[in-house]
Amino acid sequence: MSVPQPEDRTPILELRGVDKSFGANQVLHGVDLKVYPGQVTALVGDNGAGKSTLIKAIAGIHPIDDGQILFDGTPVDVSGPRDSAKLGIEVVYQDLALADNLDVVQNMFLGRERKNGFVLDEVSMEEAARDTLSKLSVRTLKSVRQLVSSLSGGQRQTVAIAKAVLWESKVVILDEPTAALGVAQTRQVLDLVRRLADTGHAVVFISHNMVDVFEVADRVAALYLGRMAADIPISEVNRGQVIELITAGRSGDIGIAPATVAAVEV
Amino acid sequence: MSSNTITDSPSAQEPGGFEGDRSVDSLGGSARAYISRVRGGDLGALPAILGIVALGVLFFVLRPETFLTPRNMANLADQAAPIIILAMGLVFVLLLGEIDLSAGVVSGVCAAVMAKLLADAGAPWYVSVAAAIVTGVAIGLFTGSLVGLIGIPSFVVTLALLLGWQGVTLRLIGQGGTVPVRDEVISGISDRNVPVALGWVLALVVVALYAALQLNRWRTQKAKGLAHQPLAVIVLRIAVIAAVVVLVTAVLSVDRAPSPAVVLAGIPYAIPLVILLLLLLTFVLGRTSFGRHIYAVGGNAEAARRAGINVTKIKVSVFVIGSTLAAISGIVAAARLGSVAPGSGGGNALLYAVGAAVIGGTSLFGGRGRVRDAVLGGLVVAIIANGLGLLGVEAYLNYIITGGVLLLAASVDALARRRAAATGH
Repeated sequence: MSVPQPEDRTPILELRGVDKSFGANQVLHGVDLKVYPGQVTALVGDNGAGKSTLIKAIAGIHPIDDGQILFDGTPVDVSGPRDSAKLGIEVVYQDLALADNLDVVQNMFLGRERKNGFVLDEVSMEEAARDTLSKLSVRTLKSVRQLVSSLSGGQRQTVAIAKAVLWESKVVILDEPTAALGVAQTRQVLDLVRRLADTGHAVVFISHNMVDVFEVADRVAALYLGRMAADIPISEVNRGQVIELITAGRSGDIGIAPATVAAVEV
Repeated sequence: MSSNTITDSPSAQEPGGFEGDRSVDSLGGSARAYISRVRGGDLGALPAILGIVALGVLFFVLRPETFLTPRNMANLADQAAPIIILAMGLVFVLLLGEIDLSAGVVSGVCAAVMAKLLADAGAPWYVSVAAAIVTGVAIGLFTGSLVGLIGIPSFVVTLALLLGWQGVTLRLIGQGGTVPVRDEVISGISDRNVPVALGWVLALVVVALYAALQLNRWRTQKAKGLAHQPLAVIVLRIAVIAAVVVLVTAVLSVDRAPSPAVVLAGIPYAIPLVILLLLLLTFVLGRTSFGRHIYAVGGNAEAARRAGINVTKIKVSVFVIGSTLAAISGIVAAARLGSVAPGSGGGNALLYAVGAAVIGGTSLFGGRGRVRDAVLGGLVVAIIANGLGLLGVEAYLNYIITGGVLLLAASVDALARRRAAATGH
């Protein structure tokens, strides 16, 4: 499979000069970000760098103060979660939004059940859920009619991701999907993240784990104190440089200009 | 580096995994799956069925000449009906992890409204019944708004209303008085019986419908390759239901009149009423998105909210359903007693109903429960009340035993939940 040069294409999602403040505290300073279909963009940064605020801005939970969000090249107004969902942006949050007492199919269709008149169309929902899980090569589930309470952490994460994919989403944002998982389960989820991109989704992958980032990402975007230090193909940097970008906002000639770094640190 | 992980995607089109959906395709497999579910803390209807059997044997041994007679069975059905209907409403409330302590006295208020309209205003039965039900809906809206919109814990709201509605009933009926319910249609719920022939027809229709629905669903699931239970389990379940229905119909079709001069036979109308409500509410909970959302809010309200479900609306609506069924329960209880008193729906009515739901398998922690739990648990509670009555046990002991049974059921629920958390079920 040939990897197209992403820089030649229109990003599916682009942020330009996004500012966001909470009261007097400015959390995001003119953030630019480009997210391409078929690629995994790792969003990295230290605690408090603004990663969560950034994804909540994209999801419409915290509407932006200034700047632009472009979807498929057109400026869009994202002022609520419904706006982002309508565009095809799905966020899988760290604390998974699954109901333990419902089964996998029921959770995947929660709030968007398919119906025949009044009656739930269980047949069509189960078929679609099965189809989506098979497309993502999820083989670890024993049954799609299993209660979510009986799933492992990795399986839950898998269901949450599959739920996001079910809705013809174009951009899937994963908030630290491997944070609480063991080695084998992390493997499952990383494979799934890769497959997500291979099926044409634009994936934003937030992680603190450099091994995961280098394993799965095509691009890396590093936030440093609310500023985008770099948004570049991962092939252009090594692990040490990414860590420098996270901790100092700068590495060699990549990153925020020295003057700005000094100004931020003062 | 992205290209080397793509290579395993050709197999993505094969229906990999989900082996559990196929491997239980045998009776033994389902039995094992069931045992592992029970050991994992998901007891389902097991405690209630064991309770019905154990209590039935116990009271039969203690009172062989009176307990298992057709007359007492008909009496048991009349006794169980108001408890079961009240418990059905509580199942909805409990599914959200909420509680309605005022459900019992709400049934009293609604019954008082009906009785006053019948006796004082001379209104026809349908107007009175409609007024009672509308009262139930309005009370449910009020309770639900206090819980859902204002955000007062349901325990406190309904504790206050438990006292408040008793005052309203007292005002309506008057101190020390009772209002008789003499309307033929209403008292017929408990006094009159379905003609024997029609009873058999209804019984067979119910069994045939149940069998057709179950088999049809199984066929569709199998044809489309979806998760399904083995045919043997379905057939076994149909056979058990058919046996119970036929047995009950047969017992109640025997002439149970105390004197040979009259004939008293047939199913009391309370039974078809309970079955109708069971079917309707089971459909709502299991087959509509509204029911699905009730389970979701009970399981994880935050997940439900993020999925776009209006949690407040669901909260208000379960209290409306609870109070509406309380109204129906009040009507049935009034039909049985032939009057409404200031204490109607007070005393142990609520305790019986909560006990019925919990014994049947509905969790006090929310998220788990079915309408049939109210029926099975309600039968357990009614058998206890009925049996203790036959034994001539003093009232104080009756209270202690019933309270003890509720505590036992709640303990089983809490322990099952802990067990479920420990075993990951």
